[in-house]
Amino acid sequence: MKYKYDPKRIREVLGKKVQFLLGDMACVYGGLLAGCSFFGGYPITPASEVAEGMARRLPRVGGTYIQMEDEIGSMAAVIGAAWGGAKSMTATSGPGFSLMMENYGFAAMTETPCVIVNVQRTGPSTGQPTLGAQGDMMQVRWGTHGDFEALALAPSTVQECMDFTIEAFNLSEKYRNPACVMTDGEVGHLRERIIIPDEKDLKIIDRVTATIDKEKYIPFTNSQTRKSKVPDFATFGTGYRTYVTGLTHNEKGFPATDKQPDHERLVKRITTKITDDADKLVMVEQLNLDDADVAFVTYGATARPAESAMEMGRKNGIKVGLLRLKIVWPFPDKLVTNLAKDVDKIIVPEMNLGQMVHPVREFAENHCEVISAPKIGGEMHLPMELYKYLEGK
Amino acid sequence: MVEIKTADELNKKFLREGMWPTIFCNGCGHGVVLEYTFWALEELGLDMDKVIFASGIGCSSRLPGYINADGLHTTHGRAIAFATGIKAANPDFHVIIFTGDGDCAGIGGNHFIHAARRNIDMTVIMINNFIYGMTGGQLAPTAPLGSIATTAPYGNIEHPFDISNLACALGANYVARWGVSHPYQPIKSIKEGLEKRGFSLLEFLAPCPTAYGRRNKLGDIKKHWAWYDDNTILIEDYEKIMKYGTEEEKAQVKDKIQLGVFQDIQKPGFFESYEKLVDRLREKETKAKEGKK
Repeated sequence: MKYKYDPKRIREVLGKKVQFLLGDMACVYGGLLAGCSFFGGYPITPASEVAEGMARRLPRVGGTYIQMEDEIGSMAAVIGAAWGGAKSMTATSGPGFSLMMENYGFAAMTETPCVIVNVQRTGPSTGQPTLGAQGDMMQVRWGTHGDFEALALAPSTVQECMDFTIEAFNLSEKYRNPACVMTDGEVGHLRERIIIPDEKDLKIIDRVTATIDKEKYIPFTNSQTRKSKVPDFATFGTGYRTYVTGLTHNEKGFPATDKQPDHERLVKRITTKITDDADKLVMVEQLNLDDADVAFVTYGATARPAESAMEMGRKNGIKVGLLRLKIVWPFPDKLVTNLAKDVDKIIVPEMNLGQMVHPVREFAENHCEVISAPKIGGEMHLPMELYKYLEGK
Repeated sequence: MVEIKTADELNKKFLREGMWPTIFCNGCGHGVVLEYTFWALEELGLDMDKVIFASGIGCSSRLPGYINADGLHTTHGRAIAFATGIKAANPDFHVIIFTGDGDCAGIGGNHFIHAARRNIDMTVIMINNFIYGMTGGQLAPTAPLGSIATTAPYGNIEHPFDISNLACALGANYVARWGVSHPYQPIKSIKEGLEKRGFSLLEFLAPCPTAYGRRNKLGDIKKHWAWYDDNTILIEDYEKIMKYGTEEEKAQVKDKIQLGVFQDIQKPGFFESYEKLVDRLREKETKAKEGKK
């Protein structure tokens, strides 16, 4: 049985155009619409609904669901499936995400497109399984050893859970890099109205597959058919006979573990293929920033109370705006530097003890004051709590 | 229908150019297992564009690099989980995993257990040299009692893992163990494993003179081979002695490593069952639609 992408069939399986849906389930919908045909899962609160949704629907669209023995195996199977020619994904939460870290790096090193949904919960360790947090925002960027670039999106609504899962697949396919949807227990377990796109409105990006003569194909170098640092993808079984290794490898894919230039050439290419496009990758929402003296820089669930606090501020005559990062990594550095030049103060509310506040502070470059507004323990910020930061209390 | 007659011709067909020299030491058994695998593939006449290799970390896991085929050299212990995904994406593939005793029975034990239990269609070739060779000779979970390793300098006190026995208990469709000194049986077993739907395990006892032999007075390869002769027994002989032998004879063979085909059954493989599940859902849906009309 070989999967064939059939958006008409997928729409039929997903049902009505407008639904009242759980955030986790919206990730399932997004994955299926993007053409995901393999899901390697392992149960974990608050992400299990993604696996459950996939287990129910994937067989109906011709895809494969396998419940693996752990998250290490899930991530491994997802990467294997990608090399087998599938679009693949998994979903997890903090403890599972920690277990995935080694193979997450393997995916980056071997330029394997795949998607991880992380429905974040509090940590460290087992933490509060049912409660949301944003504690893995640095882990997704730095959690695996060595140098690599992360692609990470942070949905604030159920609609975005679906839209950003599609976008994560698109980015992952375009750059041949793992991409993460960094949602959390709050948005993941939220039910909201969502609108499912019709087939004709879907914007799906697929990997560029290798088409060049087999003798001329070089698997780990700039594309041989277009101007790009992303190599054309010869998945297994297509006759190119590619050797893929997590060891430092030369352009042919053969191990090259004892020479400095080989490593530098490889790792610089797999990182700059993303950083070169960082400006194009910026995806943000900007509210009331034109005349703002103070701004929230926010993402994910936290953007919701921050927006309410902004509205309270505006009602009380405070010139406050909001910058919401839809893509968190790569970090929109220039945008934040420019914002810092325009405002006196940036407030960064997060459901952690201060993670994304660090790149904000770095790229604010001392042009303005940057304040961390942390809250942990599985409760979201109340708008009033954030409003107090506007008053300087 | 075998056209290839010599090992030279075989190597020309199956080896990947540009990967030489190999990492293997003198006296190492890995190349022998690779050669047996080539013969099996040749005799079966499989389309090498559809035979995919996966491996983890360690000496044995370097084997796919030398094969002119698609290969995924993955993280330590995880090859079987990666291979599960490869096979899921494309059930037409023959997926072969090269792994070692540390990679498979040590760090990768859980993936091995569950792939065998699910009866995932794959052929696992575990090369057992009783040691972590690549990292310089640390204690492996398969090491015989009393053997010396850099991390067991006073002798191993842990009971060794019999991975073939485990695979049988898990219901793997095909399980065989051989030494590398018997050319005929291993090739036959690899062929049988490859032809089998579901999970098959081929365990090979292979010498590592550098990391294991040297510290265990078996550095001389002839001594190493003699050790295998003295410490292994064919399953049939073992069973015969256990049934009809004297107490003395039983005591002599009790701790020997058994060689042969341990299991050859026909449980449905995972993807066979999955396909049936998909068909069942489709039929149900078609019926429901017709019912509405």
